[in-house]
Amino acid sequence: MSQPDPRAAGTTAVPARPPRPVLTRVASLGPLLGLIALMVAATLLNPDFLTVANLSNVLTRAAFSGIIAVGMTFVIISGGIDLSVGSMAALIAGSMILIMNALSVHLGPGLLTIALGMLAALAIGALAGLFHGTVITRGRIEPFIVTLGTLGIFRAVLTYLAQGGAISLDSGVGDRYGPVYYGSLLGVPVPILVFTAVALAGGVILNRTRYGRYVQAIGSSEQVARYAAINVTGIKILTYVLLGVCVGLATILYVPRLGSATPSTGLLWELEAIAAVIIGGTALRGGSGRIWGTVVGAVLLVTIENVLNLTNIISVYLNAAVTGFVIIGVAFFQRGRR
Amino acid sequence: MRHLTRLTALSLLLAGSGALAQAKQVIGVSIPSADHGWTAGVVYHANQAKAMLEKMYPNVQIIVKTAKDSNEQANQIQDLLTVNKIGALVILPQESAPLTRPVAALKAKGVFVTVVDRGLTDPKAQDAYVAGDNTAFGRVAGEYFVKQFGTSGANVVVLRGIPTVIDNQRVDAFKAAVAKSPKIKILDAKFGNWNRDDAFKVMQDYLTRFPKIDAVWASDDDMAVGVLKALEQAKRTDVKLVLGGAGMKEAIKKVMDKDKLMPADVTYPPSMIADAIRLTVESRVKGTPMKATTLIPSVLVTPANAKNYYFPDSPF
Repeated sequence: MSQPDPRAAGTTAVPARPPRPVLTRVASLGPLLGLIALMVAATLLNPDFLTVANLSNVLTRAAFSGIIAVGMTFVIISGGIDLSVGSMAALIAGSMILIMNALSVHLGPGLLTIALGMLAALAIGALAGLFHGTVITRGRIEPFIVTLGTLGIFRAVLTYLAQGGAISLDSGVGDRYGPVYYGSLLGVPVPILVFTAVALAGGVILNRTRYGRYVQAIGSSEQVARYAAINVTGIKILTYVLLGVCVGLATILYVPRLGSATPSTGLLWELEAIAAVIIGGTALRGGSGRIWGTVVGAVLLVTIENVLNLTNIISVYLNAAVTGFVIIGVAFFQRGRR
Repeated sequence: MRHLTRLTALSLLLAGSGALAQAKQVIGVSIPSADHGWTAGVVYHANQAKAMLEKMYPNVQIIVKTAKDSNEQANQIQDLLTVNKIGALVILPQESAPLTRPVAALKAKGVFVTVVDRGLTDPKAQDAYVAGDNTAFGRVAGEYFVKQFGTSGANVVVLRGIPTVIDNQRVDAFKAAVAKSPKIKILDAKFGNWNRDDAFKVMQDYLTRFPKIDAVWASDDDMAVGVLKALEQAKRTDVKLVLGGAGMKEAIKKVMDKDKLMPADVTYPPSMIADAIRLTVESRVKGTPMKATTLIPSVLVTPANAKNYYFPDSPF
């Protein structure tokens, strides 16, 4: 952070910002270059990596944490954080399954039951986000603390509902609901389509709407944003609601995969989502960020895991270390921008 | 059993009022909270055992406490002694090392200690040890593979649990048993973390990597759920056997129904906590010594014996 010297600024015109050197511009492509390098390495190690089936597996898996990460990008740009998303996803999955099971008794395992279940998932996500946003802004408690609290609460409630075991979807509903995860449209799996749509919508909202500009303004300086008559409280609450809806959406795609929710569902998704956002070049202290980076970050993280499973050269005990090195490496190549 | 109750009551009456004051046996049970299918089964079976044994022995009071981590568990057993005045403790430690000293301290104060499943780092801290047999868990599974594919041969992939000593014992025993047949080839063994989602992903990648897989040792019923879904999605028909383990009720149900892909299971029963409580209570009430080590065998579940291992009311 180089602040222009105020005295100098008073006397002569000091260029506010030097033109970005080529190196910096390349650095901003860090995550993309990292992903490409990883894909090349993966193909050399195992040619099966580039098969359509494998790539579609990778992208489908990236859809869950990726959709959540798109919502997380808004929260982090506005200067907040949400640690509860993994637990929230688990709780939404469990509640959604219970709701659909109960409805199917009366309405049958039809589309209406599934549609109502999906609505419930989005509503619960939005309500959880509303709660976070309200407590953080009106209650003036650090987002880290609030969401650390709900991280425990959400998962505990799910564990209670499941009695520690599994909540399983009624098989009739499961059969009808399955295509939402396993189906595809024009050869592209549904989760990938939804992920793409969410990412595009996120990009448009962040870069082309007033709301998006406000989010960035609040993140760079909340005080200045307040002076500029921006409704800081409202905008911030909305970022958490958006994230909650994203979690609901991710869960809607997740539930038909295994048709069950257990206390270990969505474990550590919050770290995956936050890592994707940061790898993508969004500053953890807020103010600036980009959706495409987040998408690349999410795909990158899943790709590492996939590559490790496809090869045998590294001890299985060191998987997490490889992920750690890649995260730090990608961040290193972007350091010029911070 | 009723005779036993009467006998106990009678002997206590005969012993007179002085003995009666001591007759009320308080037994503490400290277990991990239900944060995973298997521990949920432990909680269920502990409560079942409490209900049954308290009915059987009216002079016995059993207090079941669950803890989410080692620290909480250490505080809890302290409270069991000072507040509830327990005479015996049955504990399934969250982790071995951090709980060894707290348990040893309780034993030093005269509490009879039975340790379940995860051994303490110092066996002197316990009076008795009741555990599942992890080596047998892997061996029984391996022997089943040899029986199925020993002559025909098979490409096998393995899903491991979480990197722990328990997992190493199981996998080593499995590999040793399978090695008896040179025709069985283990293609790879990766961690699925005893978790459905991770198992799903690992299996997807196995299917991408290996064009022909004959059998999967999922080594856990939760992981088997993920494996089956991955197979279904990939529409692969080369896999003829998925062997889970632990004795989840859905898996046992499949064995009972003679499922084609999962015709068997290997037990590592959460009900071992119930066995431990029962043995401890019996030893306390009757004053008979308890065996220093009781191993609950891992058993192969087949359609023939599956109904003995089916607990439809358990959450696991």
